[in-house]
Amino acid sequence: MTRYDRHIILSEIGQKGQDKLTQAKVLVVGAGGLGCPVLQYLTAAGIGTIGIVDFDIVEKSNLQRQVLFGTSSLGKNKAIAAKQRLLDLNDTISIHTYPEKLTHKNVLELFKDYDIIVDGTDNFATRYLINDASIITNKPLVYGAIYKFEGQVAVFNYQNGASYRCLFPTPPKEGAIPNCSEIGVLGVLPGIIGSMQANEVLKIILGLGNILSGKLLCYNALTTQTTTLIIHKVESEIKKVLSKKESFQNTVEELNCNFNPPEISIEDAFKKRNIQFIDVREKDEFPKVDSLNPTHIPLSELENNLHKIDLKKKKIIFCQSGIRSKKAVSVLQKHNINNSYSVKEGASEILEYIFAREKI
Amino acid sequence: MKLTIKYFGLLAEVTKRNEEQLDFSGTLINELLDTIYLKYPKLKEIDFQVAQNNEIVSKETIITQTEIALLPPFAGG
Repeated sequence: MTRYDRHIILSEIGQKGQDKLTQAKVLVVGAGGLGCPVLQYLTAAGIGTIGIVDFDIVEKSNLQRQVLFGTSSLGKNKAIAAKQRLLDLNDTISIHTYPEKLTHKNVLELFKDYDIIVDGTDNFATRYLINDASIITNKPLVYGAIYKFEGQVAVFNYQNGASYRCLFPTPPKEGAIPNCSEIGVLGVLPGIIGSMQANEVLKIILGLGNILSGKLLCYNALTTQTTTLIIHKVESEIKKVLSKKESFQNTVEELNCNFNPPEISIEDAFKKRNIQFIDVREKDEFPKVDSLNPTHIPLSELENNLHKIDLKKKKIIFCQSGIRSKKAVSVLQKHNINNSYSVKEGASEILEYIFAREKI
Repeated sequence: MKLTIKYFGLLAEVTKRNEEQLDFSGTLINELLDTIYLKYPKLKEIDFQVAQNNEIVSKETIITQTEIALLPPFAGG
């Protein structure tokens, strides 16, 4: 067996350590900027069982940093596309894909089968869900997060250590902190932060070195400075999560988070530039508003058709009365797709407005 | 007391600096934040935690050290 030779000849690892890696089960949530390097190194290192959770589709704008994917992956589910590449890297391990959204309903069952959880997600709702589920299932959580040129790494819930809520007790206000798809990120940054996460995973499994527990490492790619902050465990925050254990699976995903979807009049919608009109009515609903050349995605199918949303454009969403379109904006927000507006008027009024406009 | 204030992420963008020196004569982190908010009112809209001498502390903590860091959460991945 020469594949792991460079591990095995390290006296700190040896065949015994390599066997620990083979027996380990690691679940990576999010196969994006962070998930790709994490998965790549864990696969190469010979982690015996790896799970990948991601409901998202590979887009061209991902390729600048999500290094497991190529042009042949475009349009494919990220978990499945990642698995294809990873099996080429190492076909001696088991890789399980979960091309679905992590929810309160499925998270506990999923975490149960793994030893370590890696958070490579891109939104606060999922980060808090992962943290809480890690506390309830008592799994160490290797956390990473990025913002433009800066990154954070930490290990939470490790041997009863501090959790994400001990650092940030509650999610920030909706829309207060933007994510990469909205504001951009230096492509190599998730590579650095994700590699640090992979390093913590390997250390936990091998029992080597000092685990980044009770600490938050902050890295700035522009100044090449790192700052390590000490996080104290806050028992009351952890107790709060554990007290919800019984009702956890029945918690409904928050769609709105006290957030009012932005509305727009059809008149103002026409004043905007670079827009995609989206009709969220069912196929058989009339009147059609063909002159807007809208993308048809019924609200009921929206979550499965996020790839049809043009992230570079402003999304002007309409329906029959302005109610479903509001829900659609919330759904997009939940998936971190911003810059969407719900048209106040229904399709008939929109059509009337277009006719009146053409007469002038 | 002369304090060094470090800003991370979005906070550094709002203040347009990674760190600065501030003269402060109060006692608590909260009082220091009020001073900082006067200078950068936009920071009030952003959630962040405070570290004193590289240790995350509550905003009711008495300032005993000269290095204070303000840290927002990051969502990106």
